Amino acid sequence: MKHRNVVTAVASCVLAACLAGAVLTVTQLDRFRYDTAFSDSLYIPSPQVVKRLSLGYGGLLADIYWTRVVQYFGGLHHEKSMSYTLLDPLLQITTTLDPKLTVAYEFGATFLAQKPPEGAGDPDAAIRLVRKGIQANPNQWRLYYNLGYILYIEKKDYKEAARVFEEGSHVPNAHPWLKIMAAIMAQHGGEIGVSRFLWEHIYQSAEDKSIKDNALNHLVALQVDEQVDYLNALIREYHQNTGKVPASWFEMISAGYMEKVPVDPTGKPYQLMSAGRVEVRDPDSLPFITKGLPAGAAPEIAPGVLQ
Amino acid sequence: MITRISYIASNTFREAVRDRVLYNLIFFALLMAASSILVGQISIGIERQISINLGLTAISLFGLAIAIFIGIGLVSKEIEKRTLYTLLSRPVRRWEFIVGKFAGLSLTLLVNTALMAVGVFASLFYIAHRFTGADVYVLVAIYFIVLQFLIVTAVTLLFSSFSTPILSAVLALAMFVIGTFAEDLRAFAAMAQGVERYLALAAAYVLPNFASMNVITPVAHGEAIAGRLVALNTLYALLYVGAALAAAVVIFEHRDLK
Amino acid sequence: MAAIEILGLQKTYSYGFWRKRHRVALHPFQLSIEAGEIFGYLGPNGAGKTTTLRLLMGIIFPTSGGARILGRDMQDPRVKAQIGFLPEHPYFYDYLSAAELLEYYAQLSGLPARDRKRRVEAMLQRVGLAEGGHLQLRKFSKGMLQRVGIAQAILHDPKVIFLDEPMSGLDPIGRREVRDLIQSLKEEGKTILFSTHILADAEDICDRVGVLHMGELRGVGSISELTAGTGGRVEVHWQGLSAMAAVAALGIECRPVGDTVRCVLPEKQLDAVLDSIRRSHAHLISVSPVRITLEDYFMQQLGPRPAVVESAP
Repeated sequence: MKHRNVVTAVASCVLAACLAGAVLTVTQLDRFRYDTAFSDSLYIPSPQVVKRLSLGYGGLLADIYWTRVVQYFGGLHHEKSMSYTLLDPLLQITTTLDPKLTVAYEFGATFLAQKPPEGAGDPDAAIRLVRKGIQANPNQWRLYYNLGYILYIEKKDYKEAARVFEEGSHVPNAHPWLKIMAAIMAQHGGEIGVSRFLWEHIYQSAEDKSIKDNALNHLVALQVDEQVDYLNALIREYHQNTGKVPASWFEMISAGYMEKVPVDPTGKPYQLMSAGRVEVRDPDSLPFITKGLPAGAAPEIAPGVLQ
Repeated sequence: MITRISYIASNTFREAVRDRVLYNLIFFALLMAASSILVGQISIGIERQISINLGLTAISLFGLAIAIFIGIGLVSKEIEKRTLYTLLSRPVRRWEFIVGKFAGLSLTLLVNTALMAVGVFASLFYIAHRFTGADVYVLVAIYFIVLQFLIVTAVTLLFSSFSTPILSAVLALAMFVIGTFAEDLRAFAAMAQGVERYLALAAAYVLPNFASMNVITPVAHGEAIAGRLVALNTLYALLYVGAALAAAVVIFEHRDLK
Repeated sequence: MAAIEILGLQKTYSYGFWRKRHRVALHPFQLSIEAGEIFGYLGPNGAGKTTTLRLLMGIIFPTSGGARILGRDMQDPRVKAQIGFLPEHPYFYDYLSAAELLEYYAQLSGLPARDRKRRVEAMLQRVGLAEGGHLQLRKFSKGMLQRVGIAQAILHDPKVIFLDEPMSGLDPIGRREVRDLIQSLKEEGKTILFSTHILADAEDICDRVGVLHMGELRGVGSISELTAGTGGRVEVHWQGLSAMAAVAALGIECRPVGDTVRCVLPEKQLDAVLDSIRRSHAHLISVSPVRITLEDYFMQQLGPRPAVVESAP
């Protein structure tokens, strides 16, 4: 009786200790492996090979690669990395394994195209990916939408974007929205209202949280750009009327040009710099803005998209 | 105590040998020889890669099969055939039996793998006509495969101590597959919410982690393996094997062996 | 000191999906076996004999109660060096030869290396397997396996030996050999407990027996004690056929054997029969009480027991 209990007690302690130790070691391993964990993908000769090796379990493997895409991008994005070399290979493998994984195409459309640190900065890779998606899923109107969006935002090819939207509008059950976009794209391409329309739609229809958040950031940026334009206009008027540049918002408030200190959509007040420049307080929290940046900072989206 | 364990271990090894387990080496040798010759003729610039990929994958799969097929019977066969009864009437403790069986199968796998490693290196030498510095990392990759074997053996033994052979085989195989994707499982779990998150995380951490031990592809490309990874993997394998064996001991200690 | 003391050993199995149903395999009982005894553990199949032995070996665990062997708790590992066990229907590693198997067991029993080879050969000799020592066990017949089983049970010179159906599968010669072996073990001062359902085996050699039925120990004692009850009958043996008719007239069955007659009759009729014999001038040879056989005693014990209540676990 006694011997058995001693053995049980000792073994239970060993079990608990070893298990705890193993879990701790795993956390160490994860931390150590983070840098190398994804590099295996570089060695895969082609996505087709992976598909062949997957022995019919392509769907599951695609899901696994999709998680890796999210992990990979999320981790680097968090560190404001400027380089996302493995994003395209990982997405290509994912979509070869499961050509119907729509969210992968949408993710690529957004994050392959945008400039670093918000994306890989490779719109051509994004276009390739989405075109591949359209080929495999000709009835997914959202993919036409994604393609049109890349052409519009990143390539500024309004004609081609309009053509893609038009093509997409013919897909059965296409959102009527596509036809509208095709129409206004041709006439008003480049106007801020069109961009806002585009991002609002993405924000409403996207299911993936990171795509949704990204769209929200774009909408906020558009709002900031508008507000800065407006504030600049007010400052010009003040200058015209008083012959000098205002030194602070309070001057303009007491002169009756505004009622309170202007704040940006994140709630932080705009700064009025010397020489009448308007700047946002925290540029890092507002990606994609083109106005209100500190002097010398380049906007993330090339100017000319919005006047 | 140690001597009894070593006697049980060597008897288990003897059983594997007499059950002609080591004959699998013949197939392996044929495989390596055929592929070396074929690859030597084609000469497409990646002979070394193919040789390493093929050799190490074969070692992994053959060894896995042995670990599971013998592992599932380690305990259940002795109970079913009642050979265990005459053992327990002797001064052998139940826990010594478990540890001895594990040691015996591990020894079998070690010998099997060592012989296969010779085959892989022979193949590499045949292709390149010399050994390069990077070849030592092939040895590291094989070492990691052996660590995986130890974990699979311990887990299979754990299942064998309370479950039927077929169920043990299925569970052990499932654990191996899941363990290979353990890092992805942890990523899945981290993205979940609420109660499911904690359950998924618990499962993801308790299931064996083989992802960090699969270095076949980088080694085939001549990459070096960091010493820290070797240390961490070794530590993990020791701890996990310890946990699995301890669990097996606890279960076995209280079981009516009828 | 008692070599084996069973103290309230009990085993109940729970089964069914929720483990709510119970079957009592062994009701609690006390039994004490002295050193140097040969004890026969008798009972029909399924009585619980093997269960008892498995409990003593630590193969299964008791629901309650315990036992002491050579003064130590049965689960004390130090006891194991002093005991030997032959299980029912033994099976051994078929990839080993008899000699290799015994060598392995000798290792595990802690015999020093220099003694092992010698003892293994001696054992093989003793159980009559000197020739087959190097054959693989998978080629052994049932009888040969039984002998190997006995060999491994006594290999390390244990003080107490437990044999579960040691004669099973053996021909009459083999059974005789095993009986002789058990006798010689007793002469070496060892205690032997063996179970069997063949009474003839027990009758010849046992000092005491115990009868087990449906998990209950029904009777323990030496054979002469157990069969002492005369059942109230006597056997009368006389010479002279003339009295036979008169005795038969009393309703008693008579058997003529040559010119003598034997008959068995209830004790109360003894006087009447003796009278008949005297009157016929027959020659009385003997009057002896009739003992019941062990088989009779056995069958008695197996009879229904009034109001046996299955104890709740």
